[in-house]
Amino acid sequence: MSRRTIIPFGPQHPVLPEPIHLDLVMEDEKVVEAIPSIGFVHRGLEKLVEKKDFIEYIYVAERICGICSFMHGMGYSQAIEQIMNIEVPERAVFLRTIWAEFSRLHSHLLWLGLLADAFGFENLFMNCWRVREKILDIIEETTGGRVIFGSCKVGGVRKDIDPVTLKRIDKLLAELEKEIKDISNVFMNEYTVKRRLVGVGVLSKEDAHVLGAVGPMMRASGIAQDMRNLGYGAYSKLEFEPITRTNGDSYDRCAVRIDELFQSISLIRQAVDKIPEGPVDVKVTGNPDGEYFARLEQPRGEVVYYIKGNGTKFLDRVRVRTPTFANVPALLKLLQGCDFADVPILILTIDPCISCTER
Amino acid sequence: MFAFNVTKRIFINLFTRPATLMYPVVKREFTRNTRGKIEMNIEGCVFCGICQKKCPTKAISVNRADQKWEIERLKCVTCGYCVEACPKKCLSMSNEYCEPAVSKDKEVFANARVLDNATNS
Repeated sequence: MSRRTIIPFGPQHPVLPEPIHLDLVMEDEKVVEAIPSIGFVHRGLEKLVEKKDFIEYIYVAERICGICSFMHGMGYSQAIEQIMNIEVPERAVFLRTIWAEFSRLHSHLLWLGLLADAFGFENLFMNCWRVREKILDIIEETTGGRVIFGSCKVGGVRKDIDPVTLKRIDKLLAELEKEIKDISNVFMNEYTVKRRLVGVGVLSKEDAHVLGAVGPMMRASGIAQDMRNLGYGAYSKLEFEPITRTNGDSYDRCAVRIDELFQSISLIRQAVDKIPEGPVDVKVTGNPDGEYFARLEQPRGEVVYYIKGNGTKFLDRVRVRTPTFANVPALLKLLQGCDFADVPILILTIDPCISCTER
Repeated sequence: MFAFNVTKRIFINLFTRPATLMYPVVKREFTRNTRGKIEMNIEGCVFCGICQKKCPTKAISVNRADQKWEIERLKCVTCGYCVEACPKKCLSMSNEYCEPAVSKDKEVFANARVLDNATNS
């Protein structure tokens, strides 16, 4: 048996946008075990709920994560609305869905860019982010923010999209579809990309289920579970099928995310077609009393919002189970027995969002 | 296949404009909805302090006795909650970002008109 050494990975590493630390136990070039330690960006946002009232907390909830910010706000407000029995106007629900899908688009494009960067394909990285820029522009035009949308609130949304802009969105989607097709062609068929991804980090269907993987990670292993099927938001009125692959390697995880890009485009199209007229918010009176679990599908997987109110304007407890947190056990399983050179790619394929995980 | 893709991309990049702005020469245009910075029209303010209570980051402080309205730009997250809450509609959201700050100062708006009256009486 060869001698074991421990190589520290992170918290600062070129492939990591956010800090996570892993101690990699190595035997020659193979990783035997990975020991994670998190807690570098803990900000105590769950505790902050005692200081902010439940209407104000939406601004904190949106800032839990910089990428899926809108969906955090959406999950929080859905939970509060369920507790308080608020009927959200139909138009607001559709607008939320449109923005949620836009944020999925920009998150997946960001991830594709980072993946290309991780295996050293700088050109592809820039091309992905150029497409993403167009999405950010339309988000800024409709909500006012590029990263923190700030357009969701308890009882509806704060901004409406006028018909002219909706039409422009439709046109933009056709443009995006063409450009994403170009990019996906490179990711799916290029020899260099395939060499780095195919067969790397295989997560079997059983492991994905036992370790509780969520989102694209789980769907790439063949489990067709998508929280949007629960029918929250306007998803019950839109047509879509969860995208699955069967091999569970890095290439399949990339393929699932690419297919989800096209799925999001189709969902936005349907929502823009079906959006009804009407008000976008209702007045919120009273305080939340009770508890609720809200489950949403974020770009990275399922997020769970647990909220407990006590009848005052300050909530008792807010707990967020973020997708990256659920995917860390699966990541540790992937790392066992992999090559040291594949570690950055494997960490990236779970689409880590550490700020979410640590809140 | 690969060579064809690369050549195609090279030609597209040669004959299209850059995706980025040549910043100092070409200024970025902000959209109508962009949340840039909070503007204050102090003439209309009645110093009720609602904005101070609503602000999630406690960036705004209102002093009714001295007729002063202060904002700490580095704390402000431009959420726009104060703009929605203002009963006199004297707060507004400008679509230009605010200038980079070099110190943690508060920007003070004082109602000069009221102060003049106070000294005259």
